[in-house]
Amino acid sequence: MATTTVSMTVNGKKVSADVENRTLLVQYLRESLGLTGTHVGCDTSQCGACTVHVNGKPIKSCTMLARAADGAEVTTIEGLAVGDKLHPMQEAFRENHALQCGFCTPGMVMSAIGIVERNKASLDEKTVRHELEGNFCRCTGYHNIVKAILAAHKTMTA
Amino acid sequence: MYDFNYKRAKSVDDAVASVSGVEEGKFVAGGMTLIPTLKQRLAKPSDLVDLGDLKDLVGIKVDGSSVTIGAMTPHAVVAASPEVKKAIPALAKLAGLIGDPMVRNRGTIGGSISNNDPAADYPSSVVGLGATVHTNKRTIAGDDFFTGLFETALEEGELVTKVVFPIPEKSGYMKFPNPASRYAVVGVFVSKGPQGVRVAVTGAGSHVFRVPEMEKALSSSFAPAAVENIKVSDADLNSDIHASAEYRAHLVTVMAKRAVAEANG
Amino acid sequence: MPDGSIGAPIKRREDRRFLTGNGRYVDDINRPNQTYAWIVRSSLAHAKIKRIDTSKAEKAPGVVRVLTGADWAADGVGGLPCGWQVIGKNQTPMHEPPHPALVADKVRHVGDNLAVVIAETRTQARDAAELIDIQFEELPAVVTMADATKKGAALVHDSVPDNICYDWELGDPAACDAQFKGAAHVTTLKLVNNRLVANPIEPRSAIAEYDASGDHYTLYTTSQNPHVIRLLMGAFVLSIPEHKLRVVAPDVGGGFGSKIYHYAEEAIVTWASKKVGRPIKWTADRSDSFMTDAQGRDHLTTAELALDKDGHFLALRVKTDANMGGYLSTFAPAIPTYLYATLLAGLYKTPVIYCNVRAIFTNTVPVDAYRGAGRPEACYLLERLVEQAARETGIEKTEIRRRNFIAKAEMPYQTPVALQYDSGDFIRNLEDGLKSADYAGFAKRRTASEKNGKLRGIGLATYIEACGIAPSAVAGALGARAGLYEAAEVRMHPTGSVTVFTGSHQHGQGHETTFAQLVADGLGVPVENVEVVHGDTDRIPFGMGTYGSRSLAVGGSAIVKAMDKIIAKGKKIAAHLLEAAVDDIEFANGTFKVSGTDKEIGIGQVALTAYVPHNYPIEELEPGLDESAFYDPKNFTFPNGCHIAEVEIDCDTGEVTLCSFNAVDDFGKIINPMIVEGQVHGGLVQGIGQALMEDCVYGEDGQLITGSFNDYSMPRADTVPSFTVAANEGAPCTHNPLGVKGCGEAGTIGAGAAVINAVIDALATRGITDIAMPATSHRVWQALQQSKA
Repeated sequence: MATTTVSMTVNGKKVSADVENRTLLVQYLRESLGLTGTHVGCDTSQCGACTVHVNGKPIKSCTMLARAADGAEVTTIEGLAVGDKLHPMQEAFRENHALQCGFCTPGMVMSAIGIVERNKASLDEKTVRHELEGNFCRCTGYHNIVKAILAAHKTMTA
Repeated sequence: MYDFNYKRAKSVDDAVASVSGVEEGKFVAGGMTLIPTLKQRLAKPSDLVDLGDLKDLVGIKVDGSSVTIGAMTPHAVVAASPEVKKAIPALAKLAGLIGDPMVRNRGTIGGSISNNDPAADYPSSVVGLGATVHTNKRTIAGDDFFTGLFETALEEGELVTKVVFPIPEKSGYMKFPNPASRYAVVGVFVSKGPQGVRVAVTGAGSHVFRVPEMEKALSSSFAPAAVENIKVSDADLNSDIHASAEYRAHLVTVMAKRAVAEANG
Repeated sequence: MPDGSIGAPIKRREDRRFLTGNGRYVDDINRPNQTYAWIVRSSLAHAKIKRIDTSKAEKAPGVVRVLTGADWAADGVGGLPCGWQVIGKNQTPMHEPPHPALVADKVRHVGDNLAVVIAETRTQARDAAELIDIQFEELPAVVTMADATKKGAALVHDSVPDNICYDWELGDPAACDAQFKGAAHVTTLKLVNNRLVANPIEPRSAIAEYDASGDHYTLYTTSQNPHVIRLLMGAFVLSIPEHKLRVVAPDVGGGFGSKIYHYAEEAIVTWASKKVGRPIKWTADRSDSFMTDAQGRDHLTTAELALDKDGHFLALRVKTDANMGGYLSTFAPAIPTYLYATLLAGLYKTPVIYCNVRAIFTNTVPVDAYRGAGRPEACYLLERLVEQAARETGIEKTEIRRRNFIAKAEMPYQTPVALQYDSGDFIRNLEDGLKSADYAGFAKRRTASEKNGKLRGIGLATYIEACGIAPSAVAGALGARAGLYEAAEVRMHPTGSVTVFTGSHQHGQGHETTFAQLVADGLGVPVENVEVVHGDTDRIPFGMGTYGSRSLAVGGSAIVKAMDKIIAKGKKIAAHLLEAAVDDIEFANGTFKVSGTDKEIGIGQVALTAYVPHNYPIEELEPGLDESAFYDPKNFTFPNGCHIAEVEIDCDTGEVTLCSFNAVDDFGKIINPMIVEGQVHGGLVQGIGQALMEDCVYGEDGQLITGSFNDYSMPRADTVPSFTVAANEGAPCTHNPLGVKGCGEAGTIGAGAAVINAVIDALATRGITDIAMPATSHRVWQALQQSKA
């Protein structure tokens, strides 16, 4: 089993681990680094539970090789809160009951931050719903997730 | 997935050299189709050559007559580009309908057209605008690039470097997405411009195709009514649980009509 | 309203860990020296196994062990048991063919378990699995129920003639026929209730660990009911005594029924963990989930409603074939019988009902309870019939309901299908719903849509469900092989904080908050001083888990019972401390008081006294303040409501857009309205998903065509609008201490019927009065084409 050392900055910390070439970024995060907040919900790049930010952009970490992220800046759900203070998107999810079982939530939050970043000037329900097309939630019916993202947009752009 | 040798190419030449002489070399751009394929163990390349560091292939250039998109430009960049939105709004719209936001941050135009999935969006714009595909070896007319199901005119070791789209007078893209995968059940790109009137259809057949009857009708009158009674034959169209060939044929007309309406603003 | 009291929409305490990536799901757990399992699955739907050669795989890098069905059989361990025995016509018990965890003789569906490879890494296990050489002799597969019941059809199980598991009935067919003879009108429908895949976003996972020094097993598993798994697997499959087996279901990422059942992989890793002497982890890919998670629905039904000349319902006659798949999943037989036929009265005073159900084996993935479980099928059938009858008789669809509804004053109401409803105000739900949906303004909206070339429709579903499952004696009489009570322990600590141990399991429902709220309110302690523990058989009392919208009605009631014991004991302690008679002590808001005086003492002081019993009635009373209770419900609970959907149809493409959805639900008393609304939202989308897009499709050869999210359409955020939901608290449950009914499944039960009724209402303007679920664009377009022709 040939391995290579892959290094990157995850949540502001320099990390490295030896992995096979076929190792996915999500496996690197969950298995090599023990950052199990990022989840795997499918094997066809549909569900979005594995969404993390690579160099500031949300991507599906189940569809990127760890080696392709060598040298990158990665942010996962574990890297959002500052101490006890939740990120405004996390806070909006809590405030609006935008999560139930919590499994899709990390990907949902990472994706939601991307939605706000892309639509700083203005954001409406239709855009939120469209731009959530890469994230499945089976619990909430999306209703409160949409509400939370619109609420977070307000606080994040205030 | 099966393991493979992995290399991040430093240049186009390095990339091409890296796949030559190996058992089965594959370029990986955004990997949005290739990685899922590998995960399902449906392919077993010996060598993966990652094009992610080829920053020269990233970027959009707009001049008076054309929009040039580097092969490694992600869909999200095209979708958000004010220049593209202004020059060829339908192209920006199309890019914004591919996959989902995360896919659009990784997937690239070069990867998409080289893979030539029958339900991919980009091929319809390459043909529908009469674009030219540039490779490390030559230029290929958009009309000649897509040759069959997952097949293109690319030769071994040939790599798309950029796509040059002539700026049309008008263009429109309408997509009827698959409710599960969000690929196109039918997508129709129409344009009127230096390459004449074009109607290119993706999703419906083995690969993108033009509809000459519609183009002819639209050349006389570029209006939705011109195409509303033109039916494509369903004989060679795809049929699956989501859409019969007959339904796809019908949707070609509906999407064409709507794309023309969109093009007319 | 004080923070944390009953009725307050307090934020969930579990959210912080989920929002910061600190949830602890099974696949997040790793045990020292852990190995990984990969299950080799059948690629064929029906085939004899001629030979399995594992020799190459055994030599592959990292492989620890390869085990097959032959090893399973050689160990003489049991098959997966079925938890419910249905007795058919003429007292004939259902057929109950063996269900081995690893098959040795033949495979019965794509995905059936053939072998397990255990290796140092998951990748190595999967690599090695490809080296296993399996020779099959392919057999003809029976995929549809029609094929399975044809004369001479291939048998899924040789021991089950005609592939019929049971042929069961409820009601008197002759009495029913007599009513039909006198009918002024009969409405008949043939209905398909499409097969669904539950698809919780967390795939199933199991980690087993064997401790040789204590001869003790631990299983971490994605389960809605860890004690049920311990009982079934320990007692029936692997013969592990319960004190030697701990089952932990930590954070679980959604269940919707699919994580109730005891699955083969749980037994396989537990069995193998002793053989290899190391922990074994197995985690499903989504592909595994599609092939092995129990699926839902899949009924073929003929339903007939007899009416008199005024539109009063005289009788209902229903014949249903229900697909069981290749094996009986844990509770499968009960779903199309006791959770379906018993609900066929709905909200109506139909005096005579007859239902005949045949359960059929086919070469497909097993089917079991999926959110709603039997009740969405019953609601769909009834509400389709009611709106069709309205169309046929010309009686307006809300009027025909009004004429037939059971009135609030008629409660309790004995239906002809065994259930006795305790409460409900169906008219009020309907009227509130119509107002909320602006039913009166629909005609205008339809005209506006037509101007844009679109069809518009409005559809209703008024539903009732039986939840709070279930009085054990009743369940036992109907064939359940378990009691269906719930257990709770309330442990008041010396300093006045409280830990609650519940047999219910949360996998999204928010029990950690709702139950804490219940206890804070009941004992008068701050909500932050209450902790809720669930999901670990070594920590909690024997409980039956969470399904059938039972947690609050049954598990919550058990907590109330335990609190009652705490308060009763507290009164004795307080009486001693306050030098008063026990009968004179009152308890409210955390304070014990001598009635009619200002003498009082807080519950915290009482707790401290109980644990530091210096001044204590030690002769009569044990120290400590820790009480447990089992609650066995007196009856089912009957949540009910009115759901109204409005849709618009694009005639060019057949695309259906859901414009609005209004729900008025009666869940009895509500503890946390925020959480309840969330449950409704989620339920609605699963019902809407079934109505508009979700469909599990098999090819003729039994291959699963919708085996991934690329082909199985999941509702996304842009599939649905925002919803309007309201609760009617005016008719609380009469027989449990909280007055609660349950809210987990309601959305799914009403939504499917409401949406399809709306689609048909729109299509009826073009002469179309039937469409099958899911009403995809393709299907609607085809219907429109046929109506033109």
